[in-house]
Amino acid sequence: MISERTLPLLSAIAVLLILYAYGSFAYNGFFGLRLAGYLLTDNAFIIVTAVGMAFVILSGGIDLSVGSMIAFVCALMALLVVKLQIHPLWAILISIIVGTGFGTIMGTIIAVFKIQPFIVTLAGMFMFRGLGYVINTQQVKIDHPFMTTLSDFGVYIGQGELNFVAIIMLVFLVLGVVISRYTRFGHNVYAIGGDSHSAALLGVNIPWTTIRVYALSGFYASVAGVLFAVATGSAYPEIGIAVELDAIAAVVLGGTLLTGGVGYVFGAFIGGMTFGVIQQLINFDGSLNAASTRIVIGVLLLLFILMQKVILVWVRKFTAKTS
Amino acid sequence: MINLKGLTFNPKIWGPVLSLVAIIVIMGIIDPGFVKIEFKDGRFYGSLIDVLVRATPTAIVALGMAVVIGTKGIDLSVGSVVAICGAVAAMLITATDLSFFSVMVLSLAAGGVIGLMNGIMVSYVGIQPIIATLILMVSGRGIAQLITGGRSVSFDSIPMDIIGSGMFLAIPVRIWIAAGLLLLTVLVMRKTAIGMFIESVGANARASRYVGIEARLLKVFAYIFSGVCAALAGVILIADVGIAEINRLGLWLELDAILAVVLAGGSLNGGRIYLGLTIIGALIIQTLTTIIFSSGVPVEYNLIVKASIILLVLLAQSSTTQNAFRELNLKRKGARS
Repeated sequence: MISERTLPLLSAIAVLLILYAYGSFAYNGFFGLRLAGYLLTDNAFIIVTAVGMAFVILSGGIDLSVGSMIAFVCALMALLVVKLQIHPLWAILISIIVGTGFGTIMGTIIAVFKIQPFIVTLAGMFMFRGLGYVINTQQVKIDHPFMTTLSDFGVYIGQGELNFVAIIMLVFLVLGVVISRYTRFGHNVYAIGGDSHSAALLGVNIPWTTIRVYALSGFYASVAGVLFAVATGSAYPEIGIAVELDAIAAVVLGGTLLTGGVGYVFGAFIGGMTFGVIQQLINFDGSLNAASTRIVIGVLLLLFILMQKVILVWVRKFTAKTS
Repeated sequence: MINLKGLTFNPKIWGPVLSLVAIIVIMGIIDPGFVKIEFKDGRFYGSLIDVLVRATPTAIVALGMAVVIGTKGIDLSVGSVVAICGAVAAMLITATDLSFFSVMVLSLAAGGVIGLMNGIMVSYVGIQPIIATLILMVSGRGIAQLITGGRSVSFDSIPMDIIGSGMFLAIPVRIWIAAGLLLLTVLVMRKTAIGMFIESVGANARASRYVGIEARLLKVFAYIFSGVCAALAGVILIADVGIAEINRLGLWLELDAILAVVLAGGSLNGGRIYLGLTIIGALIIQTLTTIIFSSGVPVEYNLIVKASIILLVLLAQSSTTQNAFRELNLKRKGARS
């Protein structure tokens, strides 16, 4: 059960539980369904983004454009619903299709021209942020009865509310896990992330898989953008700055190796929740300012990366001895 | 004997220069005011001077970035380093009685220490450069906010005013600083063994190690240099406005710096870098930014223009495109013979 593959995920879960347990003992009202429901809702769009990012990182790449993609999709939603008076359901569909399309374009550039993913998606980050600004530079309220119905929808479990945003997040999390575990595409992603040369020799279509990975990441980022628009009911161009970093951090905190090929999509959920628990701990404490969230996350990120490194070295030694 | 080899037409070297000239000439035809330079009250005025002045922080950061990219690395933390060192300098000026010289030394040293940490993580711990420097990109702005207590720090200091807007021999002080740094970097990179070693590490790390180059130490040196450059840019940026606004200081600067290096033909796969051209790259970016600002096109298009340029350059540089062109040329030659 405990192997070099599961150890990062297990330690991620352990960190999450320890932080949660600490909060429950230290602060009143930390433990319970109310905060749990709140955590699920509040971190929904980071977790959804992180699920897409997990596929990219598992394939050995990186996608820096997701934060801007969220802002762009929000702006597009506002444009379609408020200015063009299109029904939100269609607006959601169009936004997601456009976002996925942009992901596909980036994937194509990466796959066909063999340019490093980080620089292509960096250009994408500029591009989508700029497109978002072009659509609108001010805060726009997305006012529509349908949107309100969506954001008001919720199921109460005890004191905790599982609302629309959280439900959609869980649905897309399960979808991501299923894709990664039970489809040929999912296995191909692991294969090219582990060793793209061997994967190619085994007959994996690397360019096609790469294109689909970035399309999937674009898809998940657009869903996150839609969730953001539904949850806040507004769009402004500064949404999602640094979300790409949060998503990468969530994936790494969830025990996925940044070198690709090793990890679990489910880890994105664990990482995202760890993120949320740290934020809540700092909120409950009250004496630390919001800036320290980023520092704590930076330190945790560093620790996890170092741990991954140690595990890798240890595994290499171990396998060298047995062979 | 005059060495004419350097003057022969090499598209890689002349491309960026000609692009810059072309942009300026086209703008000069559209709007003659753009290329007009006036000399008044012992200083030059004009859009082109404005471009030079505004491009200095980007150019300085890009120099450091070029050296790091030469070692096949990348430094995403420079924007945060600018914020941190700007915060350090502003706090030292307002909260302590240290002399201006010690403030400068301490601020630059802060950048050096951050670079040292990045360098150790990349070369001794073996973390990929994107990730190692990403950690600081995530947390750096938080650290800067912690230093200033989350507020903007304004200060009043004559030496800082001189750095920000002073003149020496009718040329802004900050241009002297950038020129001095460029000269120093070129000397070190081209006239000493260190420079050659750095490029060789980027071109082929294993081969360099076999010939006995201490690759890991050189990489650390490159990151320290990048950190100090970013710190210098941070000091200039806060000196310009007399206030350290942590949330905006150095935002997106890492992207401009990378863009400058890529425009200059530096490969992200390491190896040969072009320092002078990197400055040209920074100037191209700033010229475009100034044109966009002054032409009445909404500022928002700035990001789209930059993104399109970086994509076009990358596509032109990629081996797929170059192979396609080579095949096309071969076919044409084949048809002729």
